[in-house]
Amino acid sequence: MQTTLEPQTSFEVSDKGFYGHFGGAFIPEMLYPNVEELRQNYLNIIADPEFQAEFWQLLEDYVGRPTPLFLAKRLSEQVGATVYLKREDLCHTGAHKVNNTIGQILVAQRLGKKRIVAETGAGQHGVATATVCALMGLECIVYMGSIDMERQKPNVDRMRMLGATVVPATSGSQTLKDATNEAMRHWINNPVDTHYIIGSVVGPHPYPDMVARFQSVISEEIKKQLLAKTGRENPDYVVACVGGGSNAAGAFFHYLHEPSVRLVAAEAAGQGVTSGHSAATTALGKPGVLHGSRTILMQTEDGQVIEPYSISAGLDYPGIGPLHAYLFDSGRGDFYAITDDDALQAGFQLSKLEGIIPALESAHALAALSKMNLKPEDVVVVCLSGRGDKDLATYSKHL
Amino acid sequence: MTQELTQNRITDLFAQKSERLLSIYFTAGFPNLNDTLSILRSLQAAGVDFVEIGMPYSDPVADGEIIQQSNGKALENGMSLKTLFAQLEGFREERSSDPVRMPVLLMGYINPVLQFGVENFCRKCQEVGVDGVIIPDLPLDLYLSDYAATFREYGIINVNLITPQTSESRIRKIDEESDGFIYMVSSASITGSTKGVSDSMRDYFERIQAMNLRNPHLIGFGIKDHQTFDTASQYSNGAFIGTAFIRHLTENGTSAESIREFVQSIRA
Repeated sequence: MQTTLEPQTSFEVSDKGFYGHFGGAFIPEMLYPNVEELRQNYLNIIADPEFQAEFWQLLEDYVGRPTPLFLAKRLSEQVGATVYLKREDLCHTGAHKVNNTIGQILVAQRLGKKRIVAETGAGQHGVATATVCALMGLECIVYMGSIDMERQKPNVDRMRMLGATVVPATSGSQTLKDATNEAMRHWINNPVDTHYIIGSVVGPHPYPDMVARFQSVISEEIKKQLLAKTGRENPDYVVACVGGGSNAAGAFFHYLHEPSVRLVAAEAAGQGVTSGHSAATTALGKPGVLHGSRTILMQTEDGQVIEPYSISAGLDYPGIGPLHAYLFDSGRGDFYAITDDDALQAGFQLSKLEGIIPALESAHALAALSKMNLKPEDVVVVCLSGRGDKDLATYSKHL
Repeated sequence: MTQELTQNRITDLFAQKSERLLSIYFTAGFPNLNDTLSILRSLQAAGVDFVEIGMPYSDPVADGEIIQQSNGKALENGMSLKTLFAQLEGFREERSSDPVRMPVLLMGYINPVLQFGVENFCRKCQEVGVDGVIIPDLPLDLYLSDYAATFREYGIINVNLITPQTSESRIRKIDEESDGFIYMVSSASITGSTKGVSDSMRDYFERIQAMNLRNPHLIGFGIKDHQTFDTASQYSNGAFIGTAFIRHLTENGTSAESIREFVQSIRA
């Protein structure tokens, strides 16, 4: 039997759910039927013309797609290259997360599910999930770390207003990792009628691939828009922040097999990579298994998961999606570790130069620009994954 | 390849006894770092048939609050696989004052095992005298493709789980690929469920009983007292108790006396 440890050259997921050595479905038997049901059906469901019609209609009329590709002239001058911003912050609910929740709720309906469970870090995925549940009339339960509930209170209120039940995750670091554990436990306890909408390209196969496909609309649009604006489909660089990595997966997706396009991932270094308060997974991690997939993971020598830290709740995760682990391992992606301070500065800079207040997560991607040794002729697309309204309390402390 | 397995204490036990088997779970390093051997010996003295020792993990997704907390406390106490194997060194030796003769399994999650190294882990299990493992997040297909050969080389039994949602064809496959016994999860739940034994669970127990599996099967999750143990034993070869025992240790301490009382209350 072929083992899952064989080398691989494609950036597409293998039949068994692997990208190189990373991925798979390391799940307890209690989750096997749910995950297997999803695995056997997701590609057919997504390919169905009726699904496609409804998905695209909702992206256009409800989410507000296509989102603009904006030439940031003043930022470009500062950076010394041509910088375009992919404005995912203009999506309904204020971030790219809704691309995935629209797709997954349509899948859940076709699987006959009646309830939705989700985890959330910054609250953006929780809001996006509560939103589509309200739209479709499905019950919604969102797990959120109790620390995150405090630092992202406006999003907790939004979820509740949308009719979701928000449950605090009180175990461990009380952040995204623990919210994910609790959501998985909830799914184990409610296996038949409930669908788990994972918010990033993490979790057991087929989640990383399914979420990447729903987010791939980002790079599909970038290609068309860049061609219309510049006469070329391919920029020199695509830059995105990576917590779990869903906006990055979406922004990279249609460029994965275009070697001329460098894929740049910005991870959260927190107070500094070696400070002991960091979430820079590729800098600090080793291969390991978390939340159902083999990936790069921040862990002790004994294989215990290390509690991550970032000023940005959406990047505060000790792993990355298996696709990103493979991009790092194979050298296809360039990974930068961005500190809290660098991200804050980049957030203030964009606000003043372009009149756009970015989410702290997206500010990490912007901060990578000054570390990339860009040349004047370079064309760079930065995925501006979300808007900064939710982070005002944090920004205002540093005004 | 299966030569070692015929000498395994687990298969020996099932050859001798097939009814009302009781296995108790406890977390290594809980409540105190060095309680492992004394709890193990007290359980043997109290007459349990075998034991699962929990390898603590920071993110035990299949476990409820009580076992999560015991894992957290054990890690705080400094427990690791390295420490656990050091504690188990020599526990089978007849010249020690109180050798442990019953089968012992390690139960936990895959990541600490991967970091320890799968082959290294199997070698240490064989060296100290651990007979098998239960690793809920190591699914059957990955086990078979990547790790089964190593486990078999060292004579370590990997126990697979089935649940009420597991299809008949998958149960047949699991039965075919299993050595030792099958761990039958009583209901759709994490550990420490308080659901009790419902009619739908009885239907599931009867359905599995009627399949006449090749391997013995024991029921776990939600088994907590004499009544639930009794019910589980009517439909299977016995049962696993975890959360209720951890709760007992928390409330009543780790004395041999208190552990005997707990086991007696289950057997009654």
